[in-house]
Amino acid sequence: MIEFEHVSKRYPERGDALKDLSFRLDAGEMAFLTGHSGAGKSTLLKLIGLLERPSRGSVRVGGDDLARLPRRRIPAHRRRIGMVFQDHRLLAERSVFDNVALPLVSAGMHRQEIGKRVRAALDQVGLLKLERALPLTLSSGEQQRVGIARAVVGRPEVILADEPTGNLDPDLSREIFRLFERFVEVGVSLLIATHDLDLIQSLGHRTLVLKQGRLVADAIPRPPTPEPEPEPEPEPAP
Amino acid sequence: MSARRPRWLRRLGTWVGDHRRAATDTLDRLIRAPLATLMTVAAIAIALALPATLLAITDNLERLAGDWRRGAALSLFLAPGLDEAAGGRLAAALRTRIDIGRVDLVSRAAGLAELREYSGLGGALDQLPDNPLPVVLAVYPAPDLTAEADVDALLTGLAALPGVDFAQADAQWVKRLQAILSLLREGTWLLGGMLALGVVLVVGNTIRLEIENRRDEILVMDLVGATGAFIRRPFLYAGAWYGLLGGILAWALVDTAVWLLQRPVDRVAALYEAQLRLIGLDLHQSVALLGLGTLLGMVGSRIAVGRHLKRLRPV
Repeated sequence: MIEFEHVSKRYPERGDALKDLSFRLDAGEMAFLTGHSGAGKSTLLKLIGLLERPSRGSVRVGGDDLARLPRRRIPAHRRRIGMVFQDHRLLAERSVFDNVALPLVSAGMHRQEIGKRVRAALDQVGLLKLERALPLTLSSGEQQRVGIARAVVGRPEVILADEPTGNLDPDLSREIFRLFERFVEVGVSLLIATHDLDLIQSLGHRTLVLKQGRLVADAIPRPPTPEPEPEPEPEPAP
Repeated sequence: MSARRPRWLRRLGTWVGDHRRAATDTLDRLIRAPLATLMTVAAIAIALALPATLLAITDNLERLAGDWRRGAALSLFLAPGLDEAAGGRLAAALRTRIDIGRVDLVSRAAGLAELREYSGLGGALDQLPDNPLPVVLAVYPAPDLTAEADVDALLTGLAALPGVDFAQADAQWVKRLQAILSLLREGTWLLGGMLALGVVLVVGNTIRLEIENRRDEILVMDLVGATGAFIRRPFLYAGAWYGLLGGILAWALVDTAVWLLQRPVDRVAALYEAQLRLIGLDLHQSVALLGLGTLLGMVGSRIAVGRHLKRLRPV
């Protein structure tokens, strides 16, 4: 679904953000993207959403070479991708419903169809009752779920999330990741940038590790329970 | 029921609905900030009303000048040797022509009496051994002969008749007034052009601020795949609304100005024992004023949107 081939990105003012990066993510696959701040996680996501263009190499999404995508087709490309952000990027003046509907409204969809799809998306994230609320009246976890509903409402092929749990406590974070896992089941590809290493290990998905713009590891972490150190607390034996 | 309609019709319906929503949402937004909106609208209205008022005044004066000119006689000064009888024969011949309404004969004696009365030369004229004035025919063009060129042609034709020494239009000064009015009209267009540019700049600047205020919203819409047209649409409608509202206010200003001017005009008209009813903008001109306002508003916002949105969406 997503294919990077020898991709580099250089910013004139900051130097190389990504160096010779190659990987692929299949349809229905979920992967974490991790590394220190400034390792290039956000840049990588931006290349997929065509918020930036690579300096070298090629990025393919769903078989389309993004370098060949003209400016006027970028909106259609972005509608194939749902994006979730750490700071939610919700419109404060608009209701939850209107925020989630935005991708559909801007795609010129029929009003009745929009209503159906928005309610379905809000139902998936468990916020159906809050459709008339304004985002600022919601908790941070609820706002993030609105952001996720907006990302999935257009039934995208790919979901990109940039530190989606950065502001949430561990329980809420786990809840959000469980939510993401459900989308994988319907064939969506997910790429989630996070530095929540504990959570990554406990979930056991493929993890791409970036270091100073290079891909230094691409593996599925060992299953969560057998840690090197023995647990101090006595566990009830099966 | 919507499932039965053909696909293109549904798409058209959606498109119209989107535009209607953009138009009403934008108007709502303007109404929610009444003071800021009013200031922009007032600036546009003044810029539109100034040339429109000048044009309305010019129109009224031209109409008046035309009336004066049509009402005025052409004077035919007959050759010095011709007497009243010869003048009468010529007058009778002229009266049969269709391009001539009325012909009055002014005898030499009557002409002298008139001259004595109005020139103040009374005593001096008495010293003359005999009456030096020719017989004069006052020729009034037919009522349906309104075009200036036709009247001019008639005058030239009359001047060439045998027995006519020379012909002169009494309303020569009106002609000069008309020349001045046409100069005024051209100046008004020039002024109007500059003020139209002013309207474009006012709207452009207002829209630029609006874009800055809604920066976050634009960025989010861009991220979720809104097309450029969709993002531009509310701003274009805002420009159109500003222009239309400015046009409506300008129209009201012009009508008020005409109404205020009617009183002083009545006083002047009374001095000339004339009736002069000022006419405001007619339907055609009113529609043109509103349309022009809307168009200038859209042009202004289109320029601002083109420039500033490109800055926000770099890829």
